[in-house]
Amino acid sequence: MPDVITSDGSIRKDNWVIVPRPADGESLDIPDQPALIPADLWLAGKEHFDDRDDIGVWLDSHEEPEILAGVVNELPVIAVNFPKFSDGRGYSIARLLRERLNYRHELRAVGDVLLDQLQFMKRCGFNTYVLRADKDINKAARCLNFFTQGYQAATDTDEPLFRRRAS
Amino acid sequence: MYVYDEHDRQMAAERVAQFRDQTERALAGELSEDEFLPLRLQNGLYVQRLAPMLRIAVPYGMLRSVQLRRLARITRDYDKGYAHFTTRQNVQLNWPAIEDVPDILAELAEVEMHANQTSGNCIRNTTTDQFSGVQADEITDPRPYCEIVRQWSTFHPEFAFLPRKFKVAVNASEHTDRAAIQVHDIGLQMVRNDQGELGFRVHVGGGLGRTPMVGPVIREFLPELDLLTYLEAVLRVYNRYGRRDNKFKARIKILVKALTPEGFAAKVEDEWSHIKDSPTRLTEEAISQFKGYFTEPDRQPVPDVTDALATQRFENREFDQWISHNVDTHKNPGYAIVTLTMKKTGTPPGDASDRQLEQIADLADQYSFGEVRVTHQQNVVLADVRKDQLFELWQVITPMGFATANLNTLTDVICCPGGDYCALANAKSIPVAESIQRQFDDMDYLYDIGNIDLNISGCMNACGHHHVGNIGVLGVDKKGQEFYQISLGGSSHHDAAIGKILGPSFAREDMPEVMQKIINVYVDNRTEEEPFLDTYRRIGIEPFKERVYA
Repeated sequence: MPDVITSDGSIRKDNWVIVPRPADGESLDIPDQPALIPADLWLAGKEHFDDRDDIGVWLDSHEEPEILAGVVNELPVIAVNFPKFSDGRGYSIARLLRERLNYRHELRAVGDVLLDQLQFMKRCGFNTYVLRADKDINKAARCLNFFTQGYQAATDTDEPLFRRRAS
Repeated sequence: MYVYDEHDRQMAAERVAQFRDQTERALAGELSEDEFLPLRLQNGLYVQRLAPMLRIAVPYGMLRSVQLRRLARITRDYDKGYAHFTTRQNVQLNWPAIEDVPDILAELAEVEMHANQTSGNCIRNTTTDQFSGVQADEITDPRPYCEIVRQWSTFHPEFAFLPRKFKVAVNASEHTDRAAIQVHDIGLQMVRNDQGELGFRVHVGGGLGRTPMVGPVIREFLPELDLLTYLEAVLRVYNRYGRRDNKFKARIKILVKALTPEGFAAKVEDEWSHIKDSPTRLTEEAISQFKGYFTEPDRQPVPDVTDALATQRFENREFDQWISHNVDTHKNPGYAIVTLTMKKTGTPPGDASDRQLEQIADLADQYSFGEVRVTHQQNVVLADVRKDQLFELWQVITPMGFATANLNTLTDVICCPGGDYCALANAKSIPVAESIQRQFDDMDYLYDIGNIDLNISGCMNACGHHHVGNIGVLGVDKKGQEFYQISLGGSSHHDAAIGKILGPSFAREDMPEVMQKIINVYVDNRTEEEPFLDTYRRIGIEPFKERVYA
């Protein structure tokens, strides 16, 4: 079971698993436990999962979150994969899910998730993080809170510093 | 100029603490080199050919004397006693030790300086015209907008891992462009629309490097309040769709070209339509708050010294040349803009010793309200000098080596550090600059051939902006030997153009002679008062080719 970090830096365990995209010609193999499946495959057959409340989706960094418009809040968890920590597309995906599609449930960062990117992820709307296994999970709380404020509005605040200063 | 408030100070301190923590983890082996790389780059730290290099941000080129003195002290305490002014209005140290960098950043933070985002695949230091706020022909002072962009782009959570680096430049003069905005990822030209409202003409997708391009206009008029939401839309489109599979095709210019400027603009407009009224939209109050930091200094009425100056110029030819070349017109008739040239032959262009940095600080305090501006041509500007103090100032700076009256001439070379320092370089650039400066050491001849931008880069990353030099020089490596390719006809101004390659490259020792031949072609063909670039545009590249390769 993976250790999951939450935005306040606490650690919990849960048993959501990521179901990889099946190879061509293979079918999706859904386990008997909470599962995150490729978002487009969920969309293509979402009626099959109506009886389960433990199915979420994951998006890869090149995928468009807009495909989930209108149905996002049917999902208890959406994970965004960072194939490489230097691939910054996941930050835009997260903000779009939160700010454009109004996703309200759990948004999870998975993949090449390292300590020094956590605070950016938090500001963009992620609220859980599965750190890459070799990283020290006990340092996450500190890394999530290096900064007490930011200059910009983002998912975490509607008040950019220039508005806070003016008020 | 801008002064930190408690928010800026807190974030600056937190940034230093964060980088100290990151450096400790890197030195302890908890961060791999690959993982530490973007973290150190976004704090200005490169690992170079001979030593690390630290690039310190000078937001839109503005420095206070106290900051110059601190830089001087840092070069003494942590480096070899000199610094280098870069082509992006920043300052570089060439010899810091990696483990000292957190301490250096802490010392910088004490004087409201930092090295944030001076490298890495993020939004870099916003640059502008070094004459902002003191020239007569500007639409408005662009610096408050530069500071607005600086704050918005600093630690932006969505745009810290872009496909590639991202540079924004702002220009507000109607007739000149000293900020080279059309060769930036985003170039913002301040304009007023028919209703007299202030805004920006937005260029996107200019740039130098491997695929030089002049940035097309993607929006003719962007109202000032919409600046940040629109930038956010451009960056989001780039972050999502810019290429990440090939480093050499990852700049936004490649995306703009692939989508066409119209197609790219449509994507930006679509994104913008969702966020234009978001909380990121600027307010009148916010803009006027930022403008409040860039007020007019306490200039005094200066007696009319026209006659006295004329006499001094008549009696002293060198002073006269210095006034003609290194002094520019100020919007206030009692004041003048003085450029201190950092291009004395024999010194690498843009280098300043610790002592010189302190001298510049003293000059700023004594003659220009304690402030200076760094230019992208690697010189330093005193923007507010009383006209009745010009002669005295000239006498003071001449022995310091800041009065070489070659501003904008052939020997006012823009030059990257090149193979002497930089790990990326294919060839040395400083010795080429020096050999050309020596070839053209006759000042009368230099003035006769007029203003010519000579830009030298040691590799195709183009830190020396060679593509937009009237004459550009690019160092190339051929089987381990250094050669130099010449291009002609580039411009970084309103008439921006990418230079055309003359032909096969030359050995370093041939460069002064080749340069002389190029200038001879110009002199033989020019009409009266015709600058080099105009002659080139009229006669084309062929006559130059024929002479040089004869």
